[in-house]
Amino acid sequence: MQTKIPIALAGARDTLPLAIGTTPFAIIFGTLAVAAGLPPIAAVAMSAIVFAGSAQFISLSLIGGGAALPVIWLTTFVINLRHALYSATLQPVARDWPLPWRVLSAFWLTDECFAVIERRLQTAGEADALPYYLGSTLFFYLNWILWTAVGALVGHQIPGLAALGLDFAMIATFAAMVAPQLKTSTPVAVALAAGSVAWLAHPLPYKLGLLLAALAGVATGVMLDYRQRRVAVEDRP
Amino acid sequence: MSDTLWAAILGMFAATFLIRASFLVFGQKLRFPPAVVQALAHVPVAVLTAIVVPEAIAPGGQLSLALTNPYLVGTVVAGLIAWKSGRTLTAVIISFAVFGLLRWLT
Repeated sequence: MQTKIPIALAGARDTLPLAIGTTPFAIIFGTLAVAAGLPPIAAVAMSAIVFAGSAQFISLSLIGGGAALPVIWLTTFVINLRHALYSATLQPVARDWPLPWRVLSAFWLTDECFAVIERRLQTAGEADALPYYLGSTLFFYLNWILWTAVGALVGHQIPGLAALGLDFAMIATFAAMVAPQLKTSTPVAVALAAGSVAWLAHPLPYKLGLLLAALAGVATGVMLDYRQRRVAVEDRP
Repeated sequence: MSDTLWAAILGMFAATFLIRASFLVFGQKLRFPPAVVQALAHVPVAVLTAIVVPEAIAPGGQLSLALTNPYLVGTVVAGLIAWKSGRTLTAVIISFAVFGLLRWLT
């Protein structure tokens, strides 16, 4: 067991840059949650129980906008669907891990830690993947909770922090995450479809427009993929 | 803390955990059909764009395509920098500065 600790520490160390990158967002989440009317304990509970940054941010605007519970749940589900791909990618590696560890690994699966474990698997193979991954995820998890609490408790005491336009931080982050993917025609079309429907449908109650827009974007992508495949088949001599 | 809030959080936990556990915990035999995997690949772009666009072009619900809309200008700046450089954090920091400056000016 003792020999595993340095490996877990290596996992935590390799996660540090990403943890630093998400720290401002944890603080902003805590601050915005309290500004949206949540008690600080609810902000921390959400970070500790749900542990999904983008879904947590969106839930704030949904809760603040009086969205129905099923809409909040369904939106969370749709936003986090990408984690199914990570889960599928890690499954062959995790096949022999004891069940409790697989449950914990799944609970702690995030975009960031997935990126870290992926890099490790490519450079060092599957040896000691479990302690490495647990070190990475435990560190990332505690960091997220800690800074959520700081934001929730201290954020509102800093005068003007809410008025600074922290709501823009989330929009900027999402825009910066999407933009690099818009280099070929299919994702551009997906974004155009999702963006237009989101605008046209935004007066709908309970933020239903968001779900419609996501569906429109994915449908556009599927259609274009299908057409591309057909063209590829027809081009074959 | 209200019951509704707890219900929201627990439901969000269930939705998130089910997805994360899909293959890791339950899915030793589970396989997505390739068509589903390809469809899922479009989810991040679709969802994130759907969140950003209304907030950028109509902050507070009022459509504003003018250069004096700091949300719109800031979003475009963030997108352009990230598109060019691929650096998320740089894009966020610079666009936040532009956003703040524009809000202070207008």
